[in-house]
This record gives sequence, structure tokens and C-alpha cells, in this order.
Amino acid sequence: MSDEQRYDELGARLKKFEGRPAALSGVGKDPVNAPMIRHWCEAMGDTNPAYTGPDAIAPPTMLQAWTMGGLSGHQGRTGAYDELLGLLEASGCTAVVATDCEQEYLRPLRPGDEVAFDTVIEAVSGRKTTKLGTGYFVTTRTDLRVGGEPVGTHRFRILKYAPAPRAPRPPRPRPVVNRDNAGFWQGVAEHRLLIQRCTGCGLLRHPWLPGCNACGSPDWDTLEASGEGTVHSYVVQHHPSFPAFSAADPADGAAGPYAVGLIELAEGVRMVSDVVGVPYDEVRIGLPVRLVFRRYDEELTLPVFQAVER
Amino acid sequence: MRAGDRLPPLEIPVTRTLVVAGAIASRDYQDVHHDPELARQKGAPDVFMNILTTNGLVGRYVTDHFGPTAVLRKVAIRLGAPNHPGDTMVLTGGVERVDGDTAVVRVVGANGLGDHVTGTVTVTVPGDTR
Ligand SMILES: [Zn+2]
Repeated sequence: MSDEQRYDELGARLKKFEGRPAALSGVGKDPVNAPMIRHWCEAMGDTNPAYTGPDAIAPPTMLQAWTMGGLSGHQGRTGAYDELLGLLEASGCTAVVATDCEQEYLRPLRPGDEVAFDTVIEAVSGRKTTKLGTGYFVTTRTDLRVGGEPVGTHRFRILKYAPAPRAPRPPRPRPVVNRDNAGFWQGVAEHRLLIQRCTGCGLLRHPWLPGCNACGSPDWDTLEASGEGTVHSYVVQHHPSFPAFSAADPADGAAGPYAVGLIELAEGVRMVSDVVGVPYDEVRIGLPVRLVFRRYDEELTLPVFQAVER
Repeated sequence: MRAGDRLPPLEIPVTRTLVVAGAIASRDYQDVHHDPELARQKGAPDVFMNILTTNGLVGRYVTDHFGPTAVLRKVAIRLGAPNHPGDTMVLTGGVERVDGDTAVVRVVGANGLGDHVTGTVTVTVPGDTR
């Protein structure tokens, strides 16, 4: 069965929920009260004097807050709403976002008012594709009462959707290849890690430079590294996250912290590279590593260092 | 008040604190309003403001302007571009029509991504029947 068909069949089942009650005789977890009003006003930056003092009313826009289930869940919910959400969850519409809220206030709420409410499932849309993903809009209407007297109504629309797949992982930045380091990258292309060696004094150097820092000679040849090394030092990049670098396993694609090692090669020079094959938080100074060439995409292969089991 | 009157704009810096404080003050514990990692798993780049906070800010914007005697009758809002931490939402509004001492005010809250909220607020201002 195609996704199209599956969703259409689901849409037909969801439609049948229209008109069914979502909550019957729900009761607010707390009566309207000054502390919750104060917390709300602090969060909103609302200094309206109508919301403080002996004759305080609750901010009317708090209407829905008095019906919220909080961490302990909703009271008075019928099976219908949970069943509706369950069908959506099972079809992959696991995420939810509120899109519309329409409130009418019939009289102010005051501390001490005990709110009761009934909610009906007014409408379920057909399948919609949005920027967030594909899903269904569910509209509910809640009528609130205090001691039997209507005090307000609250119409609420949510989009319950299957999150759109995340953007593909960005490619790694390309190395900058120039006249001075072209030989190094030529070596990498051949899966050889080449260390520059001064032919004047014999000193090994990395990264590649046009001349010797010790004797000044411009002449050099190369020595192929054995590939053995240890972590001389390292940093862990936590923030900001760079998805191109963020996972040890390029197939994984997860954003997150990663370790950058300063590797001391057995030959004595040091180079900066990734430490792979070990979680970022288990990289340690002195960790033995071995050179591997890892292919990141069609055009990019890099020398990185794999932790060695001991 | 008269149709066509403009309300002065109100800038709301969308801080992480505001997003979380608003969610908790409205008793909304949906993870996308306080947990960035879970928000990302659900396709959002970061946590975002919940609709109850937006609703509260729209109500505040209108009563800030019309004063403590103003009585909110209706608030109807639609959300668009999400309010993520680091952004700024600028609320603007104008009186669309007046009937006696009751006005319908059209409100828009725009952030760096576009219109976060559009809506109308019906408000009664006792004694203001100009
Ligand atoms: Zn030299």
C-alpha cells in the first residue's frame, strides 16, 4: 500500500471523530489563584494593575491555562481524543504544534473560581503537507463554566504531523591546496602520509613549509609516516555544532560534540586531525592511535586517526 | 478610539527564558518548548514559544495600550513563523472598527522569519465612545 493510500484511509477514519467529546466535565487542577496569575504576569511582562490586589482578576488570556493537565495529565478526557491522537501517532504523526487559538471571555475569572469544562472534537482536516511535515489539523472547542455559569469558550487547532526528514548532512569543507603543500595532498590521494624532511639538516616538519625553520634550507624530500601515533592533546567541540564534522561515523549524521586531536606521530612531528573509533568523551592524552584514510565523499579522503585497542 | 488608530509597536526579545517561563506559567510541558534536542528531532531547529505565551503577549499588548479598565472580549490568533530564542518579535496593531465602547484591533507579531502571529482582539474600553 502506498503512503498516499494509507494516509487517505487514515483521513477517513479520523473524520469519524468529528462531533465526539474529547473531555466531559473536566475540572481545573487548581482553582483560579493569585500565585499562578503572578507567575503568568512575570513571564509575560504584564504589569496591568487589574491582575493584582484584593480585586484582582486573572488575565483573560490565561483561560486555557486553567484547563491544562500539566505533568500529571488531563482529567475528564474521554477515550475519543486519546484514540484520535493514538491513530495519528501510530501513522507516524508523532509531533504536534498548535496553530490557532480563539478565545471568548464571557466574564472575568477571579481567585477562588473553580473551572469546569467540556471539550468537543469540532473538526479533523484532510491530510495536509506543511513545511514541518505531513499531517492533520484537529480543532477542538472547550466550553468553560464556574458553578454552572458559562465563563468562556476556547477553540484550539493543532497540527499533528510526521516530521519532515532532516536536511542531508552538509559536506566537509575542502582542504586548501597550494604550491607549498601540494605534495602532502598528492600523498594523501595515494594513501600515504608524507612528512617533509629538510635535506640540509635532516629535520622533519609538519605542516609543510617552503623552507626549514632550523637551518633555512629550501631543499627537502619526504618520509612516509609509519602511521603509529598517540594523542598529544585534544579539544572537544561542543558548540556551535557543525553537522559536517559532528559524528565519528559519517553514516550516522548526528549533530553533536566531536574530538579534535593533536596527534604525535611516531616520527616525532605532530598534526591536527580527527580521532575516530572512540566516543568523543573517551579521548585521552596518550591514547594510542593509528592512521587510517577515511573517504568522506566522492572527492574527499582524509588522513584521520583511529583509536587502537590495547 | 477610532478606526484606523495605530498602537505603538512593542518589541519582545524572544529569550530562551521567556520561551520556557511562558510554557511553564501556562502549564505546557510539551518538550519542544523546553528541550532543544527533542525539538530538533521533531524537525524544529530549536525550542519555540508555545501558543499560550503568544496569546498572553497579544492580550498584554492590547491592554498595555488601552489601560487597566480595558476588558478583553475575544482574542483570536493564528501562528506562522515560530518564535525561536535569539529572535525579536515586534507587535504592531491598529483599530479595525469601533462599535460604541468596543473595538476590534488587528495585531501582527513579526520576527526575523516572518509573521509569527496574526489575529484580532475585541476589547471594551468603558467610557471611551469617541
Ligand atoms: Zn634544515
